[in-house]
Amino acid sequence: MTLTQKPSTPPEIGGIGHSVRRHEDDRFIVGQGRYLDDHTLPGMLHMAILRSPLPHARINSIDTSAAAAVDGVVAVVTGELLAQYNLAWMPTLSGDTQAVLATDKVRFQGQEVAAVVATDPYIAEDALELIEVDYEPLPVITSPQQSLAADAVLIRDDKEGQTSNLVYEWEAGDGAATEVAFARADRVVSLETHYPRSHPSPLETCGCLADVNSATGQATIYMTSQAPHAIRTVFAMVAGLPEQNIRIISPDIGGGFGNKVPVYPGYVVATAASLVIGKPVKWVESRSENLISTGFARDYHMKGELALTNDGRILALRVQMLSDQGAFYADAQPTQFRAGLFHVVTGSYDFPAAHVQCRGAYTNKAPGGVAYRCSFRITEASYLIERLVQTAAYELGIDPADIRFKNFIQPDQFPYETPTGFVYDSGDYPTALRSALDAIGYEKLRAEQAAARDEGRFVGIGIAHFTEAVGAGPSKKYDILGLKMIDSAELRVHPTGKAILKLGVRSQGQGHETTFAQIVADELGIPVTDIKVVEGDTDNTPYGLGTYASRSTPVAGAAAAVVSRKIADKARKIAAHLLEAADDDIELQNGVFSVKGTPGRSVTIADVSLAAYTNLPDGMEYGLEDVHYYDPPNLTYPYGSYVVVVDVDPETGVWKARRVVALDDCGVRINPMIVEGQIHGGLTEGFAKSSMQWITFDEEGNCSGSNFMDYLIPTAWETPRFELLETCTPSPHHPIGAKGVGESATVGSPAAYVNAVIDAVAHLGVRNIDMPLLPDRVWSAIQSARATGG
Amino acid sequence: MQITVTLNGSDQTHDVEPRTLLVDFIRTKGELTGTHIGCDTTSCGACTVLLDGTPVKSCTMLAVQADGRAVTTVEGLKRADGLHPLQAAFKQEHGLQCGFCTPGMMLVGAALLEQNPAPTEDDVRWAISGNICRCTGYMNIVKAIRAAGAEMATS
Amino acid sequence: MFPSSFDYVAARSVEEAVAAKAGAGDDARVLAGGQSLIPMMKMRLAAPAQLVDINRVPGLDALERTNGQLRVGALVRHADIARSDLAFGAIASAAPWISDPLVRNLGTLCGSVAHCDPEGDWNSVLLATGADVVARGPSGERTIPITDFVVDFFTNALRDDEMVTEVRIPVPNGRSGGSYQKLERKVGDYATVAVAAHLELGGTGAIARAGVALTAVVPKNTKVTAAENVLVGNHPSTELFEEAAELAAQASEPRDDVRGSAEWKRNVVRVFTRRALTAAAAQAQQG
Ligand SMILES: Cc1cc2nc3c(=O)[nH]c(=O)nc-3n(C[C@H](O)[C@H](O)[C@H](O)COP(=O)(O)OP(=O)(O)OC[C@H]3O[C@@H](n4cnc5c(N)ncnc54)[C@H](O)[C@@H]3O)c2cc1C
Ligand code: FES
Ligand code: FES
Repeated sequence: MTLTQKPSTPPEIGGIGHSVRRHEDDRFIVGQGRYLDDHTLPGMLHMAILRSPLPHARINSIDTSAAAAVDGVVAVVTGELLAQYNLAWMPTLSGDTQAVLATDKVRFQGQEVAAVVATDPYIAEDALELIEVDYEPLPVITSPQQSLAADAVLIRDDKEGQTSNLVYEWEAGDGAATEVAFARADRVVSLETHYPRSHPSPLETCGCLADVNSATGQATIYMTSQAPHAIRTVFAMVAGLPEQNIRIISPDIGGGFGNKVPVYPGYVVATAASLVIGKPVKWVESRSENLISTGFARDYHMKGELALTNDGRILALRVQMLSDQGAFYADAQPTQFRAGLFHVVTGSYDFPAAHVQCRGAYTNKAPGGVAYRCSFRITEASYLIERLVQTAAYELGIDPADIRFKNFIQPDQFPYETPTGFVYDSGDYPTALRSALDAIGYEKLRAEQAAARDEGRFVGIGIAHFTEAVGAGPSKKYDILGLKMIDSAELRVHPTGKAILKLGVRSQGQGHETTFAQIVADELGIPVTDIKVVEGDTDNTPYGLGTYASRSTPVAGAAAAVVSRKIADKARKIAAHLLEAADDDIELQNGVFSVKGTPGRSVTIADVSLAAYTNLPDGMEYGLEDVHYYDPPNLTYPYGSYVVVVDVDPETGVWKARRVVALDDCGVRINPMIVEGQIHGGLTEGFAKSSMQWITFDEEGNCSGSNFMDYLIPTAWETPRFELLETCTPSPHHPIGAKGVGESATVGSPAAYVNAVIDAVAHLGVRNIDMPLLPDRVWSAIQSARATGG
Repeated sequence: MQITVTLNGSDQTHDVEPRTLLVDFIRTKGELTGTHIGCDTTSCGACTVLLDGTPVKSCTMLAVQADGRAVTTVEGLKRADGLHPLQAAFKQEHGLQCGFCTPGMMLVGAALLEQNPAPTEDDVRWAISGNICRCTGYMNIVKAIRAAGAEMATS
Repeated sequence: MFPSSFDYVAARSVEEAVAAKAGAGDDARVLAGGQSLIPMMKMRLAAPAQLVDINRVPGLDALERTNGQLRVGALVRHADIARSDLAFGAIASAAPWISDPLVRNLGTLCGSVAHCDPEGDWNSVLLATGADVVARGPSGERTIPITDFVVDFFTNALRDDEMVTEVRIPVPNGRSGGSYQKLERKVGDYATVAVAAHLELGGTGAIARAGVALTAVVPKNTKVTAAENVLVGNHPSTELFEEAAELAAQASEPRDDVRGSAEWKRNVVRVFTRRALTAAAAQAQQG
């Protein structure tokens, strides 16, 4: 189980388990990637958006005359104009509405107010400065607590029947059973913490190039989208365009991390402008626009309580969560689950009762709530339970590793149903944590820590053991706006034995062109280099909900395996025909079909492919092609044990991660090299969020974190080095046993870093510091703990 | 204003407004789109090019400042006999994911290896600290640059 | 994000640059490394009518030691200083921590000095080392002590028709040392708190000259004279440095902001002043 899996195909075929070098790299390393902004069309115009400087204000008037008069300006678009086409508002992926261009009020700083279309991007920006908007400032709400106060100003007065700023109320688990457990507990340990607002900020910002042919009504829209099919459906709904006339092409994407899932006003305005003007219109966000207006993530205020026995057994968990949704509820998440999969908050531990109550509130901040390298709010959940367990360890005087061992779900308990209704598929948590602790030298470090404290130095060892729930999801529970969260793969093997695989998902750097080809190679024995993977063009790929929430491998990867098996079944019949044997006697291995028990009699997949178009058994349909829509029977549950060692400077609060050991179990690894790359990325994200990367607002609602001088992304210099380990517990229900990994480390690692810093100062009595752990906060925590004599 | 920039060895003469940023000149007039734009504040390095061999951020330079000077972009890295060792190493070591930062990272790497053919891990991390990568966590970028250095030393 | 339109002059000599500036008045700006000016123009925080590009002026890139001075010409880039053997003490210590490696390849020390950003590093280093700024206008050259040059945040002592041609930093001839302690959140970040320290020791080992200056915790880069006075005449010691550090902390005027509380920043001033002085003394005692 702890061994790395062995590939079953030879390297020439390059199936599952081979670190095949990525096919897509060939264009990227020579500068031939084709990202959104690299596309141009004849006659193309450029659009720039005017945004509100105020977080909450009534718009009295907008004067666009001076802007319209600038040489080179083709059109100035306002909400009033869009309203004539019924486009001033659009639906969000959570079924709320969002202003495309503000008509009545602006509700967050950075909200879209008007747009200029010009012959040149420099001119468009010049003209923006000439638009005059008369704003009447309104009271500003900057926190969900403020928002839900009785006298709070109503933010969404545009919505009929909306009488408060409450977005939703949602709960999971068993409240009564949980109360009983708390009443019986020896100890109750609680933790209140804020998971701050963050932004995925992929290095490429969002944008689109809309080209509407007024003669044919055909709209071709190049768009930075992780979910082109879903976006097309939403576009059809918003614009009332027939869906077959909308073609969304999602070209090479410079990172997404959830930021490129939603529909943004800029896409709609550019498309409307192209429709009206009759020319292609390009809109590319600046970094600042990206950070202040497009899908943020997190911003959860959480209170968790554990009921425990004196010896550290967890009896129950109680959680209250209040989320800051911004001005429009635009989470991209399954309809049934208003707080995403946050109720996975029971983590990796076995206890009978839990109750999770969630509320969301409107505030005067940007909308979003995207799954930032995470499966719908699992990051917040994982963070809370891992911080809480750590707190319990200190309160009860138990080693933070021991308390986890004591409460882990045991390997023989899988499939394991959690008190909030998830059915974990497989795992061996004790082995994982033990291996990670051994690798870092846990016991020795504890000794070092004690010695260091005697010298006034602070060393901390932080543990996080997370369980993720990814691969949404089974159609009976998971949909977005009613669209079931299935995904698809279409495979055609050509007469020469070369194949094309088309997918409904969209890579943003995860290497789909390679890993999905490996799945097919593994099933059919076609060399991986002979398989082309096509994604991102809604005209040329089967329907699917897109790449986010680590869905691609669990859902589309399964679809690729199953469609390959469908092809293999047909191929077997053709081989039987060619070999004049019975269907049942044909075996397929590494691309060779042979007759059981008769060595020497065989044909290759290439022979069979040719025969599929030239020489078939009677009555069989020509071709070697199929499509599969995969409806997963369950989610998959990757997990991992992370251990981080930090050194904290007691004088300044500055801390450094000395070592980071990360053990991940994501089931079968299709391409180990790519898996490790994904983990490196996620561990860096976790470091970023725990140390410096956040968006915050002052009391007036001004956003700080609106550019890369303020929204801090760690460079290679600050980023720790990572030591990776693995175990492999295949998913029992996934066709190839894979669980997905793109987000594990983002989910699991923040708690490890934070736990490490807290661990360094826990002896003083410090129990919590909210992220990001700025030196200032660490120092203040030390100061106040010392002052209270902890 | 008419300017001539030697872009990857070929002279490009164009009429530009003085306010045209070098990155826009390269992408629009030079029609080379391997040089990217990732920020507004000179923070990310996606726009990195070599100006007479020195890496600079082309979003924070005017095109007119490059008049008469040599600019190398990612498209100019390739050698007559094939890929630059850095390009090969980035693929081999999985030094890229979405690829958006990659041109900048490789150009900084090229300039570093010119001056320091066998950089330590810290040397590389320091050299690329003006460039942001959102995907890779830098581990494999560092590996790739060092591997390219080793490859160049032996060949 | 793009700058608004402007006229562009590529000066070929200091005379030409100064004449162009004189012609355009306060609406003209010198373009040196552009690493502060162009970002501001892109964000439309600055919209000069004319840019006078000095990058083609020969001779301004000289970095040399003459007459007991380190002379840093207007086109000497931060990277040139970081690489140079001529840099010493706090100058050598600060250079690698200015912005990031690519910005250092274009940004200039003189541009930074002229810019007078209170979060900029060089002015503190120059205040601690006692440098002079050389300015040239239509009527000739004048030398302005750095203490007079830094007038306020983003305000220098130059007249509209003047430009900086070089900065001169005295090179100590006895035992000396310096250090620049900077707390930045990441590479490329401006200082949250930074302290420049410069010490020269006399024959007896007592401190003969001391310079201490603060970055980012005062409205403009500021010399802490009280701390310097306490140091001079005494032998380096932990107690002495703690006393000076306390004075530096008292002289700072930090504010609460997203980087941290005023109280914490003042504490960091104290800690960093002590560390900078300790490092400076160690260097001086070695050399
Ligand atoms: C991402 C980033 C991070 C940074 N981090 C830091 C940091 O940590 N510490 C720090 O100190 N700086 C930092 N900077 C600023 C950088 O050091 C600049 O290079 C410097 O402040 C200005 O120098 P410059 O040559 O680029 O000047 P320019 O941008 O060309 O000019 C700046 C101003 O000074 C004027 N000026 C320039 N030269 C002269 C002259 N010779 N005579 C008269 N006026 C002149 C200009 O007209 C302009 O008003 C950073 C910049 C960036 C983009
Ligand atoms: S685009 Fe030039 S540094 Fe970010
Ligand atoms: S590979 Fe995506 S930003 Fe570096």
